[in-house]
Amino acid sequence: MVAFDEMLPEVSGLRKSYSAYDGWLKEQDPARLTEKMRDAERVFRKTGITFAVYGEQEASERLIPFDIVPRIISGSEWRRLTQGIEQRVQALNAFLDDIYHRQEILRAGRIPRELIAGNEAFLPEMIGVRPPAGVYTHIIGVDIVRISENEFYVLEDNARTPSGVSYMLENRETMMQLFPELFQRIKVRPVENYPQLLRQSLETVRPQGTRDAPTIAVLTPGSYNSAYFEHAFLADQMGVQLVEGQDLRVVDGHVAMRTTEGYKRIDVLYRRVDDAYLDPLTFRPDSALGVPGIMDVYRAGNITIANAPGTGIADDKAIYSYMPEIVEFYTGRKPVLGNIPTWRCSEPDSLKYVQEHLAELVVKEVHGSGGYGMLVGPAASKQEREDFSRKLAARPSNYIAQPTLSLSTCPILTEKGLAPRHVDLRPFVLVSDRIRIVPGGLTRVALKEGSLVVNSSQGGGTKDTWVLDD
Amino acid sequence: MLLGRTANGLYWMNRYIERAENMARLIDAGLRMALTRTQSASEEWNSVLLSAGSERAFSQKYTDCTAANVADFLLRDVSNPSSAMASIETARNNARMVRTALTRETWESINEAWMSLKRMLENPIDEREMPTVLDAIKRDTAQIRGAFYGTMLRNEIFDFAQLGTYIERADNTARILDVKYYVLLPSISWVGSSLDNYQWESILRSVSAHRSYRWVYDAEYRSVNIADYLIVNARMPRSLTFCYRFILEHLDFLSTDTGTRHACHATAERIHRMLKVGSIKDVFDTGLHEFLGDFIAENTRLGDEIAQDYRFY
Repeated sequence: MVAFDEMLPEVSGLRKSYSAYDGWLKEQDPARLTEKMRDAERVFRKTGITFAVYGEQEASERLIPFDIVPRIISGSEWRRLTQGIEQRVQALNAFLDDIYHRQEILRAGRIPRELIAGNEAFLPEMIGVRPPAGVYTHIIGVDIVRISENEFYVLEDNARTPSGVSYMLENRETMMQLFPELFQRIKVRPVENYPQLLRQSLETVRPQGTRDAPTIAVLTPGSYNSAYFEHAFLADQMGVQLVEGQDLRVVDGHVAMRTTEGYKRIDVLYRRVDDAYLDPLTFRPDSALGVPGIMDVYRAGNITIANAPGTGIADDKAIYSYMPEIVEFYTGRKPVLGNIPTWRCSEPDSLKYVQEHLAELVVKEVHGSGGYGMLVGPAASKQEREDFSRKLAARPSNYIAQPTLSLSTCPILTEKGLAPRHVDLRPFVLVSDRIRIVPGGLTRVALKEGSLVVNSSQGGGTKDTWVLDD
Repeated sequence: MLLGRTANGLYWMNRYIERAENMARLIDAGLRMALTRTQSASEEWNSVLLSAGSERAFSQKYTDCTAANVADFLLRDVSNPSSAMASIETARNNARMVRTALTRETWESINEAWMSLKRMLENPIDEREMPTVLDAIKRDTAQIRGAFYGTMLRNEIFDFAQLGTYIERADNTARILDVKYYVLLPSISWVGSSLDNYQWESILRSVSAHRSYRWVYDAEYRSVNIADYLIVNARMPRSLTFCYRFILEHLDFLSTDTGTRHACHATAERIHRMLKVGSIKDVFDTGLHEFLGDFIAENTRLGDEIAQDYRFY
């Protein structure tokens, strides 16, 4: 099966959104482009835009490979995508509010109760808690794949602590440095104001009764975290403090940070620490990354935590398959953006089907992320499939399966010229009193020919993503 | 508003950059001694180790005090936390931690220094390559300083970083003098042997002052003048007095900004008074070794007080 190429589809020839870029590309000397590719790598290495890879010795800092061919989305395609994303994000927040309060959706029988009650991502501590401004998930990354000219699917919702936005910004910055003339020629909608929008969003959701200029901080697990660069980058761009758990403590019913002049109160915490580590008094007692007592401050309404604890129940892979029902239940409309058909291995019929069709399917752990612990059936060896099949039989409810979709491709620059590679797209959504979506996102690209795994931890790269102002 | 942890990171970032540079300078001076004198080279290298405060750690690892061993230990060995490589790495880790407080230029210069030195110090250094390596360390640290001075806003961030620089530098200069205090003592038996001349030059070289000395004093090396230059002279950028002039200045900025004076302010003033000796002869009279020992202890104490007063931990 030949995948749909977003620049040069098999059937119709060069797509319109790429025509201006293609015109420019044809004028370029290939040697100059190769040189630019090296420049890009130097820029990234010099600025230290690296990420750490877990599970590897040599505590390595690696670059995420960057490809200089942009991924281009037309204005009308983007409008359609944003409609679908907005609808989905509204539904996610409504679902979270419902699930931690009246649980109407369970009473209505649209989702099985045991899926919530027995789910690690569901936090009983959040029952009855309504966050400031009523927003649960403030920052969301919605992973979208494309199959053909008109078919887009949501691959997963990231409603906990989605990362990658710094790459969206640095990729654009790098492209503008390397090819200023391109941006004169082609009108690309800007993404640079994301940090300002993020700051505005966070200010808007401050706790009731706080000052007009709330104190905001970004909470990072520390400089050894794989996404530390991004945490520092965002704090810097927003002009707020970058704090670690060791800087914080509860003082007089508020969370406060230790400054050179004593403790100063924080109103809004953009946390990049997982739920389990947030408060050793409430969750994992061995956590040194969180703030003892922060959950009490939160329940008293004295701090905004973004994203709220317990949002994981909305992006859990077991819940994912119910997203069409969820969207319809809360918005009263059919989803604009569809789901990928998903087999829940917890259901005996599905499990049977999945076991029989392992060679065609992608099987994922319900709680996994980052491409770890998944099986790509068609690419796996017989032995790998058999091993996986045993794991599946032992804990069926731990897995879901999806067909191996032929993700769209987009060309990358290789030594032998342009070559198509599979891509996905993660636009970033900000929720406060309104929903804001920066026109663009992070395009992840599988660098190996034919590979469908775009995760950076598995050797994927990134591209600048252009939304045309047309 | 600055986090205590960030102030701590800035302070140690600059201390370690300073330390990396000092290591290169000490080795440089040691090499020069080894070139000009053939006798008791191992004694010379031992005093380099003493100046670096690394003699104990060294002796746990090596028995022979040779140029190759000492250079390797002080430049490359990451198990020695004060080696140039370990220092640059610690400085960079601190810079990474406080990255939001640094200009892009400053961060990049530190990151680049780390990348290039990591490459350069990956394998044992060939004797013939030593001058190139030492130059590279000095150049890289100079580049960091240039970016730092050229682009950083003069606020509390700058103050805490600079306190780190000057406390480290004062410690280093005092140690270099203390290790060789006996060769500076004017004794009756001294007849101006060439041996002492070399020793004195080595001291000056360790603080990159062998040329500037001649601009200030007679061409002739004299022990009193050397001590004066490194302790009392307020214009010599590595002298104790110079360091304390700036330590006081930065502490004053901090107290003006916050409207609060702490224990560290009083300590810094006391040390500064201690350096305002009428003439260097007074120091010699009361005992150079005792004077330097007191100074090093007080300087360390000041560092601890700053950490406490500004809530580094």
